[in-house]
Amino acid sequence: MKPNIKFLQGNEACVEGALYAGLRFFAGYPITPSTEIAETLSARLPRIGGKFIQMEDEIASMCAIIGASLTGNKVMTATSGPGFSLKQEALGYAVMAEIPCVVVNVQRGGPSTGNPTHVAQGDVMQARWGTHGDHAIVTLTASNHQDVFAMTVEAFNIAETFRTPVILLFDEVVGHMREKLVIPEPGDIPLVERLRTSVPGGVDYHPYLPREDGRLPMSDFGGVHRYNVTGLFHDMWGFPSDNPGVVHGLLRHLVDKIENNVDQLARYKEFYLDDAEVVLVSYGSSARSALHVVRNRRARGEKLGLLELQTLWPFPAGIVRAKCARARSVVVVEMNTGQIMREVKAAVEAPEKVFLANRIDCSLITPTDIRNILRLIQGRGV
Amino acid sequence: MAIKDYIRERFFPHMWCPGCGHGIVLNSLLRAVEELGMSKNEIVMVSGIGCSSRISGYLDFHTLHTIHGRALAFATGVKLSRPELNLIVPMGDGDALAIGGNHFIHAARRNIDLTAIVMNNRIYGMTGGQFSPLSGCGVMATTAPFATVDQSFDVAELAKAAGATFVARSTTYHVQQLTKLLREAILHEGFSVVEVLTQCPTYFGRRNKQGGAVEMMKWFKDNTTPVGSKAKQENPALIERGIFVQKEMPEYCKAYDQVIERAQKGK
Ligand SMILES: Cc1ncc(C[n+]2csc(CCOP(=O)(O)OP(=O)(O)O)c2C)c(N)n1
Ligand code: SF4
Ligand SMILES: [Mg+2]
Repeated sequence: MKPNIKFLQGNEACVEGALYAGLRFFAGYPITPSTEIAETLSARLPRIGGKFIQMEDEIASMCAIIGASLTGNKVMTATSGPGFSLKQEALGYAVMAEIPCVVVNVQRGGPSTGNPTHVAQGDVMQARWGTHGDHAIVTLTASNHQDVFAMTVEAFNIAETFRTPVILLFDEVVGHMREKLVIPEPGDIPLVERLRTSVPGGVDYHPYLPREDGRLPMSDFGGVHRYNVTGLFHDMWGFPSDNPGVVHGLLRHLVDKIENNVDQLARYKEFYLDDAEVVLVSYGSSARSALHVVRNRRARGEKLGLLELQTLWPFPAGIVRAKCARARSVVVVEMNTGQIMREVKAAVEAPEKVFLANRIDCSLITPTDIRNILRLIQGRGV
Repeated sequence: MAIKDYIRERFFPHMWCPGCGHGIVLNSLLRAVEELGMSKNEIVMVSGIGCSSRISGYLDFHTLHTIHGRALAFATGVKLSRPELNLIVPMGDGDALAIGGNHFIHAARRNIDLTAIVMNNRIYGMTGGQFSPLSGCGVMATTAPFATVDQSFDVAELAKAAGATFVARSTTYHVQQLTKLLREAILHEGFSVVEVLTQCPTYFGRRNKQGGAVEMMKWFKDNTTPVGSKAKQENPALIERGIFVQKEMPEYCKAYDQVIERAQKGK
């Protein structure tokens, strides 16, 4: 095998993507099924002069990467359900203080300890609304290792572009499955470095004063500019403020910088959608079974297509509406009680034609599960 | 540099009540920094949430005001990324030892070079006077209308047991000693803890009939004694002031540099 062709786990593909993107600091706490990410990085990061630290819990891990990002590093943490719950408060801090960072959640069964070693996709809404308060968030996912790699690089690029945390919502099957990964040559995928201020040292730098294009140039914390960072609503100096105008302006900025760029942030794949009468909408490992069904039916001449979402948040409602516009029925395939189905129903013109093919027993949804729903919809009985 | 040059005057007046001890800690800290001849650019202050944690906003250092209890975890990320910076982490008693207790013992265990200042007023000031893990038994608080039955931590003993390599205590009455201890703590390479007994006249003082700020500071004078003094032997109830631990151990960031060296050799 060529050195850039690997046979590895999805969690390792995520590590390869992160290192390709320029990861320099990782803090984490072991939890199945994400642990391989921490294990692999504990070996890989020091080799390139980066830092790995195993913290006392997931809260501390989240806090540590925020501190490390501020000083100018690309940073990441990785966890699963219970740990993702613990990270929520500090995640909100990164939203409020606009700190670029990447948070991986390799989903397992929940709630609570749930099923540590098996697959589920129950954290979709937690990714969206897990931290308190109005806010916007970016969440990406993937169904195979090449895409895990690509989406991980995207996550870093988006985090640095928009000064925001980005959640990578993988799942146990993708995380633990082994398959081929071709690592692109350096330069094949463009990398984004954060915008740094051109204000010289010694001159007053306003960390939270947006430029005309709305972007906020950063200054490496601890460097030539001294400034304040807080999780309180703050003014252009980063100093706490409860002035209603300042509060309103900041919250609008935090939401708008993401929600006004839905199309720019949308990543998806489509298979046979042009003339599809039945559109499956899926993501993560569920999309593998969905694609299998679509290909089989196409071989028999049936007009099925698949829309595979890779950006879950902000939800690409316009794209979903357009892609489903001509479908007689839409089937959302996911491993939860319908978290993305509700978004799809809200997005399409005819919500009554949206159906759910799901599984909530911590087993991978199979082509047969999807076929059973299709039979029902197509009036062929079970 | 003059003390006042370390302050962000733009952000005054401060939010502390008249008589609050937190301002005295600020003053002592600035004197320590000034005596050490440190420049504003080499100091990073990371704080959590509480009246005490607001100290960071008023100072012209690199300041990171974080979330309740987690200041040491944020500081760990900053320090490990930029080991050349001096990290000072002021915390309230609740901040450091209730919600933040786990981070406190683990930062001590790692011996990462941070200076932790525990501003211990034995109460949750910011939220209006609930008891803290340092209130101790028999204290009146808004969540203990019949007096507390909770035992308290001894911060110095806890820090020592957890592995801190510099541990000291003083009070807002003993400002000269406090300044000296803070100076030593900042110079110390490794995890240092300075506990400062400070007064919250608004909640602790009033509810516990301790009088105002002056009476509370007088209480610190009358009820503390230098470490190892004869007075302590005669009256074990006295609280000791001074340095409890001062020792050399491998510092975490330096130790991690060796990890990098080993990893790169094996390449
Ligand atoms: C997660 C979380 N829980 C609770 C609070 C509310 N809260 C703010 S400050 C504080 C306690 C402050 O007491 P202490 O740390 O002793 O500082 P002081 O105000 O006395 O200086 C609490 C409970 C919070 N901000 N965040
Ligand atoms: S409430 Fe207590 S701790 Fe807070 S500022 Fe007032 S006196 Fe100080
Ligand atoms: Mg307190």
